[in-house]
Parts: sequence; C-alpha cells; structure tokens
Amino acid sequence: MIRIENLQKNYGKVAALRGIDLSVAGGELFAYLGPNGAGKTTTIRILTGVTRLSAGKAWLNHHDIEKETLAAKRQYGLVPQHINLDSELTVYENLHIHGRLHHMPRSVIAPRIDTLLGYIELDPKRDTLIKKLSGGMKRRVMIARALLHAPGILFLDEPTVGLDATIRRRIWALIKKIQQDGVTIFLTTHYIEEAEFLAQRVAFIDEGKIVALDTPRNLMTGIGTWAMDHFESDQMHTRYFSSQAEARQYAAGHQNGFAVRRVNLEDAFLKMTGKKVQ
Amino acid sequence: MMRGWTAVYYREILILRRRLSRLVSAWSVSPLLYLIAFGYAMGRDITIEGHSYIEFLIPGLAAMASMTQAFAISSEINIARFYWHIFEEFQAAPISNAAYVLGEVLAGITRALLAGGVILILGALFGVRLSYNGFFWLAYLLNSLVFASLAVGLAMLVKSHADQSLLNSFIITPMAFLGGTFFPIEHLPGWAQKVLLLLPLTHAAKAVRAAAFGAVPQASHFLLLGALGGLAFGFAILTVNRARD
Repeated sequence: MIRIENLQKNYGKVAALRGIDLSVAGGELFAYLGPNGAGKTTTIRILTGVTRLSAGKAWLNHHDIEKETLAAKRQYGLVPQHINLDSELTVYENLHIHGRLHHMPRSVIAPRIDTLLGYIELDPKRDTLIKKLSGGMKRRVMIARALLHAPGILFLDEPTVGLDATIRRRIWALIKKIQQDGVTIFLTTHYIEEAEFLAQRVAFIDEGKIVALDTPRNLMTGIGTWAMDHFESDQMHTRYFSSQAEARQYAAGHQNGFAVRRVNLEDAFLKMTGKKVQ
Repeated sequence: MMRGWTAVYYREILILRRRLSRLVSAWSVSPLLYLIAFGYAMGRDITIEGHSYIEFLIPGLAAMASMTQAFAISSEINIARFYWHIFEEFQAAPISNAAYVLGEVLAGITRALLAGGVILILGALFGVRLSYNGFFWLAYLLNSLVFASLAVGLAMLVKSHADQSLLNSFIITPMAFLGGTFFPIEHLPGWAQKVLLLLPLTHAAKAVRAAAFGAVPQASHFLLLGALGGLAFGFAILTVNRARD
C-alpha cells in the first residue's frame, strides 16, 4: 500500500506539489491524471527516492521513504517516463544489472528473466541490443525490469506516452495482467482512456493539488452521463445531460455542427478545473 | 553498506567491454603522437636524470593517463545522467550512496589501468624497458583513485554536460601539462615548483617515474595520494545526495 500525507515540493519559489494526501490500497490500480506540469511525475520521483521532498510524509508498504529509504526502495518497481535502458547493452544484460542492483542471487536472476521475457512476449529478443528495439518493445522491457525483483508496488509514469494505439492497448493488457497478480499499481497518465480503462480509482491533479479522487464512474456520473459538444461564437461548448434522449432533444435545436457522446473523464476534469487534461 | 556496488561496476565493465576496441584506439592516439613528436623526434638527443627523454616521458604519460582516464568516468556518468537517464535506475535501487560511488570509482580505475597498459605497450614498441614494479602500480592506482573519486563527485555537482567540459579545460588539461608529465618541475622557478607540488599529478608522476627507474619513491607521495584519495572518495559519497533534485 501507499500512503501520502501533506506531500509538498518546491523548486525555489515554484510550488510543484502543494499538499498531496492520498492512500492506495494493496492490489489496487490507481491512476493519477492531470495535464503536463500538474505534478504527476514529481510525486512519483519523490516516492521512488529520485527527488527530495520539501515537506510531508510518505510510506510504501509501511516503510517511511525518508527514514527507511533502502527498505522503502525494496518495495517497488519503477517504470519512468523516459526510456532509461542502456542502449548499448542487450535486453538480458539490462535486466541482469537490475537484478543485481536489487541484491537478487544470480541463480534466481536468470530463471526470473526467462519468466518475465515470456510474460512480455520478448523472449526471442533477449540477446538483442536495446537500441535495436522499437519504442513499444523498450517499454515492455522497462516493465519487465521493474517487475524483476517481484515488488509489491509498481510505479508507472506515463507508460504509453509516444506509443501508437495498438501498442498502447497491448501495454494496457499487460498492466491489467500485472494487477491481477496482486501488484499495487500507481499509474500517472494524461491519456483519458488509459485511466478510464485501467483504474479502479482516479485522482485528478492540477497545479500540484488533488482536485478530485474517486472511481472513474463516480467522477464521470457526477456531471451527467451524456455530453453534447457544439460550436458557437467561435468556441467549443459542452453541455451535460442525464440521458441520451435529453442530449438529443437539446441538440435538435442546433443548426451548426454538434456531437452527442458519452461523458468521459476529460469532461469531469474540465468541469472541475476549467482545463483540459491533454 | 556496500551491497550493490558490484552491479554498478558490472554495468560499467559491460559497456567498457563493448566499446573496448574503439577505446583502445582512442587511448593510443595521443600517447603515440607524444612519443613520436616529443620522445622520438624532438627528444632524441635529450637526456634527463641520466635517462633518454623517451624513458622520461613514458612514466609521465602513464601518470597522466591514470588521471585523465580515471577522470573520464565523469563524462560517462553525465551522459548516463543527463541524456540516457540511467542514473535514475541507480537512484531508485536499494543501494547506498557509498556502494554507488565504489562501483563507479572502481570502473574509473579499471579504465585507467587499461589505458596505462596501452601506454606501456606503446613504450615497449619504442624499445623502452623500465621497471613496472609494485611501487609503480601502487602510485598508479592511488592517482586513479584520487581522480576517479573526484570525477564521481564533480559529476554529481555539475548541472549539464557543458559544465563537465569546463572542468576538463580548466583542471585536467592544465594539470596534464604542468604536473611533471613532460618535464621535471625542478626546471621551473622555486615558487612555481611549490605551486605544482600542490597538484596530485605531480606526486603521481614523481612516484611513478622513480619506481619505473628502479628507485624507491618517497613515501610522502603515497601518503599524500592515499589521503587525497580518501578525501575525494568521501566527497563523492556526500555529493550523490545532492544529485537528487
């Protein structure tokens, strides 16, 4: 489990995080949704010891990240936003180094790598140099690397950024599979459909603060179930309705282009912050 | 406390092994040019302390390599940190700062030893036969320790790869030319000698050269290099935390 209390981070006079409080239960798939610069990556970097916190406290499986740093670091695997594999080394070598960094005995590392390469369907690429892999394959290797030491928590920082829709869905299936194995997943994303599809609960973060935290369904139905987008006075307007019939009835009165669709998390975010996620 | 250093070292060695043929070529070029230009062409008729200039030059070049190649680990760390973000993998791993520094410092020393080996082979090809005894290698290792530790510490403090180039331009290059590599510092005025004796490379060059000429180097050189190595190693450990933004 993950527990965060009043987490703050300042870069000089700029407040990147302004008092984050949240708790993620064991085995939960939790999404942290917000626009670029909202504080998503900063939260993960603090929780994983890459960045120092300015104030507040956080625990990973009951280990204080500041006072029991090494014990806390043993609890998680991290898939950072940037590809940070050694491009001059092979898939196997990258994974092997990770295992040794996590004090795994060599006799355990090799079979574990075999299992995970099968899991991410990249067994034939084990001796391929990272620089020869596609972006999607690199992401999968990073997920395998993060899981190598069998952590209870997995941090995924924008795991599908820059990937095409097909590969993104493949990664989603992998993430679901990992969660079904009992791993707690903390996912940051600015892809609405990613959070909607994967997460059991979603936190909206904006300008360093959590502005809403609930299940995707509750966040969305709080504003209605159907939306109508229409273009008026050089601007896009969206109205929300409790039924499709209501939305269509309203749309009938509009001559210009309009679209009736189901409400999504983007609508909920827009309603709460006045901003779009993407 | 030191658990995990082997993983850091292992990574560096894997990369070193993959680049070895290119690195050996790169390590050979400058010493070869120095040997041809200064040792063979210009220094043919010069004798220093009873030795030919090329015999004088080889230990100096070796001492210089122990500095430059050990310090070169800082560029590798910076590339890993600023461009490839691989440093985050170490930051997120359950290893102590000391373990990280030890792995990187040993990688720097390994690199320096290999580069030194290249120089000695080149020297042999030029017909130079010197004594590469225990004192020679002890001085070589201690100087490598000093500069590999400094390299790790400074790599943690710099904010960009461009800053790293400045360190090379203002610290390493002047030291390489003034630290007794190419001439005996005794040829300079007294005040200049006192200044140059503040440089670790001067002591390394003196110790390495004395050992190569079959003499026993002054203990003070080893003590000084050892103390500086310890201080620089401690400094490197302290700086790793500062790399967390």
